[in-house]
Formats: sequence, C-alpha cells, structure tokens
Amino acid sequence: MTSSPPARDSRARVRLATVWLAGCSGCHMSFLDLDEWLIELAERAEIVYSPVGSDRKTYPDNVDVCLVEGGVANTDNLELLRQVRARTRVLISFGDCAITANIPGMRNMLQGTDPVLRKAYLELADGSGQLPHAPGIVPELLERVLPVHELVPVELYLPGCPPSATRIRAALEPLLQGGWPELSGADLIRFG
Amino acid sequence: MSATLRVCTAAGCAGCGGSALRERLAAVLAAAGPGAPASGLALKGVGCLGPCSEGGLLELESSAGRRLFGGLTPEGVEAVAASLANLGPDADLASWAPPGTRPIDLEQPFFRLQRRLVLEHCGRIDPESIAEALAAGTYGQLRRVLQKDTPEAVIEQVRRSGLRGRGGGGYPTGLKWATVARMPGREKVVVCNADEGDPGAFMDRSLLEGDPHRLLEGMAIAAWAVGASRGFIYVRAEYPLAIAHLRTAIAQAEDQSLLSAAIAGSAFSLQLELRVGAGAFVCGEETALIHSIEGRRGVPRPRPPYPAEVGVFGLPTLINNVETFANIPPLLALGAEAYAAIGTANSGGTKVFSLTGDVRLAGVLEVPMGTPIATIVNTMGGGAPGGHAIKAVQTGGPSGGCVPADRLATPVDYESLQELGSIMGSGGMVVMDDTTSMVDVACFFMAFCREESCGKCIPCRAGTVQLHALLQKHLAGEASAADLAQLESLCHMVKDTSLCGLGQSAPKPVLSTLRHFRGDYLALLRPEPGGREVAP
Amino acid sequence: MSVHTLRIDGRDLAVPEGTTLLQAAREAGIAIPTLCHLEGLSPVAACRLCLVEVEGAGKLLPACITPASEGMVVHTATPRLQDIRRTVVELLFTEGNHVCAICVANGHCELQDLAVSTGMDHSRLPYRFPDRHVDLSHPFFGLDHNRCVLCTRCVRVCDEVEGAHVWDVGWRGEHCRIIAGLEEPWGAVDACTDCGKCVEVCPTGALFHKGDTTAEKQGEPARLQALVHARRHQQWDP
Repeated sequence: MTSSPPARDSRARVRLATVWLAGCSGCHMSFLDLDEWLIELAERAEIVYSPVGSDRKTYPDNVDVCLVEGGVANTDNLELLRQVRARTRVLISFGDCAITANIPGMRNMLQGTDPVLRKAYLELADGSGQLPHAPGIVPELLERVLPVHELVPVELYLPGCPPSATRIRAALEPLLQGGWPELSGADLIRFG
Repeated sequence: MSATLRVCTAAGCAGCGGSALRERLAAVLAAAGPGAPASGLALKGVGCLGPCSEGGLLELESSAGRRLFGGLTPEGVEAVAASLANLGPDADLASWAPPGTRPIDLEQPFFRLQRRLVLEHCGRIDPESIAEALAAGTYGQLRRVLQKDTPEAVIEQVRRSGLRGRGGGGYPTGLKWATVARMPGREKVVVCNADEGDPGAFMDRSLLEGDPHRLLEGMAIAAWAVGASRGFIYVRAEYPLAIAHLRTAIAQAEDQSLLSAAIAGSAFSLQLELRVGAGAFVCGEETALIHSIEGRRGVPRPRPPYPAEVGVFGLPTLINNVETFANIPPLLALGAEAYAAIGTANSGGTKVFSLTGDVRLAGVLEVPMGTPIATIVNTMGGGAPGGHAIKAVQTGGPSGGCVPADRLATPVDYESLQELGSIMGSGGMVVMDDTTSMVDVACFFMAFCREESCGKCIPCRAGTVQLHALLQKHLAGEASAADLAQLESLCHMVKDTSLCGLGQSAPKPVLSTLRHFRGDYLALLRPEPGGREVAP
Repeated sequence: MSVHTLRIDGRDLAVPEGTTLLQAAREAGIAIPTLCHLEGLSPVAACRLCLVEVEGAGKLLPACITPASEGMVVHTATPRLQDIRRTVVELLFTEGNHVCAICVANGHCELQDLAVSTGMDHSRLPYRFPDRHVDLSHPFFGLDHNRCVLCTRCVRVCDEVEGAHVWDVGWRGEHCRIIAGLEEPWGAVDACTDCGKCVEVCPTGALFHKGDTTAEKQGEPARLQALVHARRHQQWDP
C-alpha cells in the first residue's frame, strides 16, 4: 500500500539519497541515463548519499527521498536498510530486485543459505573449495533474500529491471515539486 | 434362558478388542455343551453402540433388560471369553458381568435424550445380515411405496416433512427430488455422497458400518421417486469396514431382489455401484464427486449447471448424503407431519452428531433438530473433563465455525448456526476446553484446507497457503496488526472468489474465531516497535 | 434467436442469447482481465480474474461462463473487484518464481500485463520461492514450472484441438503441476506431435521454444483461434 508521505517544506532543496543493496547496479546505471536532467536534478536536489553521486560513507539524517536498489541479502544490507528507513521520509523501492528480490532472490529456490553456499563454494568449486567465513569482514547471508517492503515500510514502488530513466524521472519530478507521483500503465509500472 | 450379547465391531471398538472378542466368543459358544449358560446366548457383532469414548463396548440383553459394558481392551478379551466359558451350569447370564469391563448407565442423558430414527437399528442388528435387517423392518417402506404409492406422492411426503440435506448445505430434500424428477430424459442417476471427510466427523461411517441396508432402502426409494435406474455410492477409501459392509449389503439385496432388476416384484430396477474415493476431501463437493465417479480428476466445476440438470455422465442426477437417504424410511413410516413435528419449524426431523474433543462422553448420538448445543455437550456429553470449562464448540469442520461457550443455548438447526457464523455441517461437533488457543484451531483447519485444495482456482490454491502462513506467523508471535488486517481481508477475498465450496468456506474457521475470540489473536501480536522499522 | 438487453458499467447493450458477459463486455469495448480464458478453448472459470458483480446475484460471477440474461445489471470494475483482481495477481506472482528479467516472455507476458492492468506494482503478500523444476527433455520445446500459472490452456489445447492429450494436471493444491503423459519427461511422451500449440497459447514463459532467449517468446493465440474458426465453419482460406 502506498502511504502518503509526511509533509516537508517545499521551498528547501530536496535531500536525495540512493542506496545499492543486493542488485547489479543496473538501476543506478539507469539513473545515470537521466543524462542532462541530472543537471536539473542537481539544482533541485542535494545528493546526500549515493554510490554514483556522493563520497559520503555513512547514511545521513533527515533525508527526504531515497531510491533503494536491490534485495536484502545479507546483514550489511539489513543494517543499512534500517538506517535508511529510520532517517528517510520517502523510501522508494527502486527496481525489481528491491520489489521482488528478483535475480538475487533466485537463490531462495535452494531453500536456505547453507545449500546456497555449499552449491557455490563446494559443489561447483575445483579441489580447494571452502565456505567463506570472516566475521566482521564478509557480511553473513540472510536465510532468504527479501524484498525491501517485507522488512520495512515503503512509500513508493518503481518496478523495472531496470526502471527506465523516463520512469525514474516520472517518480522523482513530482516529489521535487512537493507533489506525489501517480504511477500506472505499462510505461511506468511494468516488471522486467 | 436366552440372552443376546451385542459386541460393537465398528471401527472404533474393533480396535479396542471388539472384533477379537466376537471371534473368541463365537468359539466359546461353539464349544459350549447343551445346558451351559453360554449355549443360550446369541452373539452378534453390531455397529456403533454410542459412547465411543467408553469403548470397546458390549451390550447384554436378557429378560432382565439391557446392560451396557465399556472399557474392553484387546488384552482383556481372553478374560471375558474365559469367564463366559467357565460360567457354572446354574449361573444366570442376566447377571453376568464381563470381567475387566465397567457397566455404563443406560438411563443417563446421553441415551435418554436421544431420538433415534436414522440410527434406529444401528447397534441392534448385525449389519452383515439382511435377515436381521428385514426382521427389523428394513425395506418395508420400499415394498410399500412400490406397491401402493406414486413417485409424486412420495416426493410430496418428503417435501412436507421439512427434511433438508444432512450433508451440511441444508437444501430442501423434497425440492431437490422434485427437480430431478421433472428433468426430461429417460435415464437418471442417484448418487449417495458417503465421502465424509470433515475432521471430527464420523456419523456417516457409523451408519454405513452399523446399518447399510437402511441406506440402500433410502436410495432405492429416492431412485424410484425421481426415475433413476442407476445409482452410485461414493465412499471414501479410509472407511474399509463401511466399504466391506456395503459390498455385502448390496450383494445380499440383489440376491433378494431388493436391488437390481424387478425390485420387490415391481417393474422398477436399480443398478447400484460402489465407487471408492482415493483420499481427496474435495470429492465431497458434488461436481468433483461426479468427475471422480466418471473416472476423471476429482476437481469441481462451476455451477450452474447443477447436477440435477447435468450430473454423472451428463445425466440428471440426484445427490444426497448418507444421512439424508437414511432418513427416508423412518420419515415415510412416521408420515410427513409426525416427522416434521420432531424438529423445528424450518428444520424437520433429527440430526446425528459425532461428539468429540474435550468432552467426557464422546461418540455418536441422534437428537431432534432444535436441541440446544448445551444439552448435547453438557447434559449428554457431560461437559469438559478435568475440571475445565468449555470454551467453544466447533461445528461443520473446515467449512464451519466455532460457537462460543456463552452461545451454547443455541438450538441446532440450519439457520441458528448460520447466524453465529458457523454451519450445521454434516454433524461433526468438536468440543474445546478453556486451554484451547482458537488461533491454533483456525490454523489446524487452514492447514487441512491447504492440503486438500484441488488447486484448480487460484484463490483457494494459493490463498490457503498464504492464510496458513499468516496464521503460523500469529502462532509464532511474529505477527503485526497489519498482518492481522491482511489475514482478515484475505479471508474475505478467498471466501468471495473461490470456485467451489471448499475454498469459499475455508476461511470460515478463521472468520468465526476472529468474530468470537478476537482476543486470542490480539494476545499473540508482537508489540509494535517505537519507530517505523519492522523487525525481519 | 432471441436477444437480451442488459446494462454493463452503465452502458445498455443488446446481445444474442448465449452470449457470455465477457463477450458482451468486450464487444462493447469494456476490458475485463482474464487469464485461463482463451477464445477457442473450453472455459474453466478457474483464474477468477473475470469475476463481476451482477446486481441481485448475491455472489460474484465469472464473466467468462455467465450467460447474459435479460435485464442484467453488471459492474465490472468496482473498487472491490479491482482489489480482488490485484490480489489474484499477487497470489500468482508469489506462488511461483516469476523472474521477469531473465524470462523468454519478458515484455510479451500476460502475467506481466495483468500486473500492469491491476496496478500491482508490488505484492502485499510474501513470495513463496517454491522449489520447482524445468523439463528440457523435448527436442524443440521446454517447460519451466517456475513460470507456470496453471491456467491449463496447454492441457485444453492439446486435448481439444490437437487431440493428443499429452498434458494434464498432476497432484493437488499448491503441489499442482502440469504433467506430460503419465508424469513422464515431455520428450518421452510418444503422444506428443511436436505441434507446439501448447507453446503458442501459454500466457507466460512456462512453455517455450528452445531457441528463444530472454524476451524473445511471443504467444500466438491467434493461430489457434484461426484454426478453431476454420474447423468450425469449414472455411480454410483466411
């Protein structure tokens, strides 16, 4: 369900973030496909956190809009997602991996982390295979890759693999103007 | 002096030593010399004697009246046999008490408050003997209507009696018969739905095991009344004893010209076949049952057309449940008005219930329609054991709902139970005491429906899976208020959109417990965290 | 032949007797979503997407098999129906493994189309991620059970049009799956004529040509409909 966003001061520049969880970064590439509109975006919004638009290493407070790409696959993803949720007004589930778990979610068909790791690191490995285990360095996999909204509330969904630049702009533009996007029809909400 | 010893060999008591005892006692009787008390004893294996929880049961009838004994165990068989074999020449059978058993008071409400029409001969006669059935009057109504009545007059009697479908739907039986009778076409079919599948329901099994000729007579009258010459009894494979008794009964009735061609000297013929289900609950749904009889996959189809128009092999078909057919002979014997007077204004006659769960006396009983639930579970069943209070009574199995303790004054009739969000159902009555979690109950029934969904329509196939998962989430203490809201709305969606009765009623145990025991659900919700975050 | 007049979504229509509500609505340009239904195959009313509200009916009726009758007042897109349809689509997506990005039918998939038309931009119900298999034993075609929505179009086209009855439904409930022959590998079923009609009517990427890769499969239900029409009317020239 789409919940209406908490009100914000429409005169200020929108504090915009993008986050990359378990996904291929294709959604972010599509974001970069916004091309010259990115310049307009940079004028209307302050990019406060983004793997493609900011050097900041920690997720800031008081974010207006965040595009979250990717499913939630490991403990790092989960921790970051919780920070995003706690510090963001409008969380957008950005692309099919965030909405359905999509490609990363295919490992769920093996019914659990242990069979996945065994398959990848032992069964398909040549001679020297071993299970990766490095607490504090390599994040632990969650038992299942989950869509973002199964873990935290989400305000807006932007399906697509990836969502086209047109679709991203259709979602962001009204938000920059203090409005709310109405996304419907094959151009704006089709999976795949 | 003569006496009759009736040993219950129905499925429940058979496992408590009933069948072994009958065999053992038969040997004792065969070996008894003339003059020995045992030589005056007639031994019978009979169907259900009533209070199954007290089984194994045996009844001794002599000049001193009837005495019922319970608590027989497989280990105790030998002692009973030895006691009988060793009775002295002067011993009086009337005062003999089988060792290792305990007497059961036949004057207690469980027996006294019953009105046995359908179960009239059940537990009295040997179900494998047509001679006993005939001696008890079975097939008398069939002979009478064939000689003296018209189909129209019989249908009118059924209509006026107020008899309604005992399978749970409560559709007026007379109207159903009249519809099939009026359908054009020379070939028609009559079907008995003996696919009793509700957890906690064993009324039809008791009747099939204990008095199969009663069913055959009822079916033959129905077939004659609607103009059918073929009939099927669709019985579930999980009832091997019922199947064996039915096979025997059909063969016996054919031998005596009470089935097959020229029945009782008339021009009426009825070829009756037994079809054994393969373990699918959905085949109790009439269109799925028809497909299964035809040898196809047992999945339902949308109605209309109703079976009365397009039934087995495309022919007009009358489908009634076991108990409905079994009501026909006593109904005709009593007359429509006297039969109707037994029940309530909208629900004529009696209803057989299988009482089970947290109740002192569990078993099969038959009461007039309109008897308050409290009378059945408290007065007759003795209430919950172990000092517990009754929390709810579940009726109608996975298609039904729970009646809360404060509504037990509700009379059992179709409308009253519907008003409470439950249904009469086929007669399963499961008592639950105050230690029961109603969410657990709902989850059990949803697991059942999930397993039994045929998979044809999406709301039932996938909806029951999601509903079951949501209920499990509640039981695990991981559900949020949003999950509860989703549970409720998905229940309505599955109920409103499923193709057949299985899916349409699958959410009922949830909706009924949400209505009467919402507190049980709320108590399981996890505390909402302060922020917007949701725990994984 | 008699004619019935009825009202669908406020529009008065006159249709010949025997017309279904679905046909009546479509002829009037009113879109009712369907999935198991396919013109040319027998109706099964299983997907429940085409349920409509008929005033006085007391329950929802599937438009694909409900005949139009005189004076009917039908509503095809009430908020209640829209929510039901979205839920049906959510149930379909969550019970299988529908990974559009790598699917042969991506872009031409009826399930994708349904998600769009019902506004299903995410599933409110959790994904089940079932363990399902792929049958690649046939020389020309494949069957990916992960993408199967159990519409049974393949079962019906093979039985009713091709007359081979290679396909049927096995098991029950959530374990239902399309089976070839007597639960054999597809390629081992002699009855299969390799005609490919099942692939053409499959609404998703479950049945596909082996040569097709991502987004290359397009269903061809029109070919079936042309064949059925030709047989019925004995007209073989298009």
